[in-house]
Amino acid sequence: MARVVVDVMLKPEILDPQGQAVQRALPRLGFEGISDVRQGKRFELEVDGPVDDAVLARIHELADTFLANTVIENFTVKVEEPAVGAEK
Amino acid sequence: MTARIGVVTFPGSLDDRDTQRAIRLAGAEPVALWHKDKDLKQVDAVVLPGGFSYGDYLRAGAISRFSPVMETVIEQAKAGMPVLGICNGFQVLTEAHLLPGGMLGNDHLHFICRDQKLRVENADTAWTADYVSGQEIHIPLKNMDGRYVADERTLDMLEAEGRVVFRYMDFNPNGSLRDIAGITNEAGNVVGLMPHPEHAVEPLIGSGRTDGLPFFTSILKKLVAAS
Repeated sequence: MARVVVDVMLKPEILDPQGQAVQRALPRLGFEGISDVRQGKRFELEVDGPVDDAVLARIHELADTFLANTVIENFTVKVEEPAVGAEK
Repeated sequence: MTARIGVVTFPGSLDDRDTQRAIRLAGAEPVALWHKDKDLKQVDAVVLPGGFSYGDYLRAGAISRFSPVMETVIEQAKAGMPVLGICNGFQVLTEAHLLPGGMLGNDHLHFICRDQKLRVENADTAWTADYVSGQEIHIPLKNMDGRYVADERTLDMLEAEGRVVFRYMDFNPNGSLRDIAGITNEAGNVVGLMPHPEHAVEPLIGSGRTDGLPFFTSILKKLVAAS
């Protein structure tokens, strides 16, 4: 079993007020030197069976039509093999 | 002879009953449509009402857009059936790509509820013919994800083609680009806006104005004339 991770981020030109609110809180918490924060979404998909090209293509389609709205967001898809000795 | 106007109820819709009532007050026949039902019951037009369909999970409108009823609504809208999306309905229409651009959280990160002044920019759509271009109206606005965004090229296109239907006046309540409160598709049969015309149809309620009623009389006249 493998995990496929889809990361979704607002396009760079689109204002992210949540990220800005996080960034503004950082100096108060003693974190200096972070000039920008942008907040996105991470989807972890547990795939039954091997992750071959066909499965990846389907996940890509899923991300493109549903997990992300590509009018306002970009996404990336990556395969994450579970590490040896990891939970499960 | 009157017209049958469908109102879709999704899980989490809030304003379906108010919308049905507004349709009835305008003289048309409201028809309840269910999100799981592909059948549009032979209605002449459809309204997607406000609320938080499917809890706004993922993105506002993102899950509703794939509901069975929307399959038929999308198909019919492309064939010219009038469709109005109010608030969450507007979000569903952008997610369905029946209208360009997208909706995001208000720039101030708070829910907002107020009587909003708007200017009618386009009185030629199926839903706005009973207004006059340039008319200023007051309609209640209540939303969390009301910020209309699109790339510059799309915004320029909308402006050039007269497809900005409503613009916020005096105060931009959510950070919408170019003060856009509502837009239409190329054909003018699909309109989406964030403010709620169905909450401004009776003198007894709210601000006492009935500035939202022309949405429903506009569509009724158009449908009756076409029949």
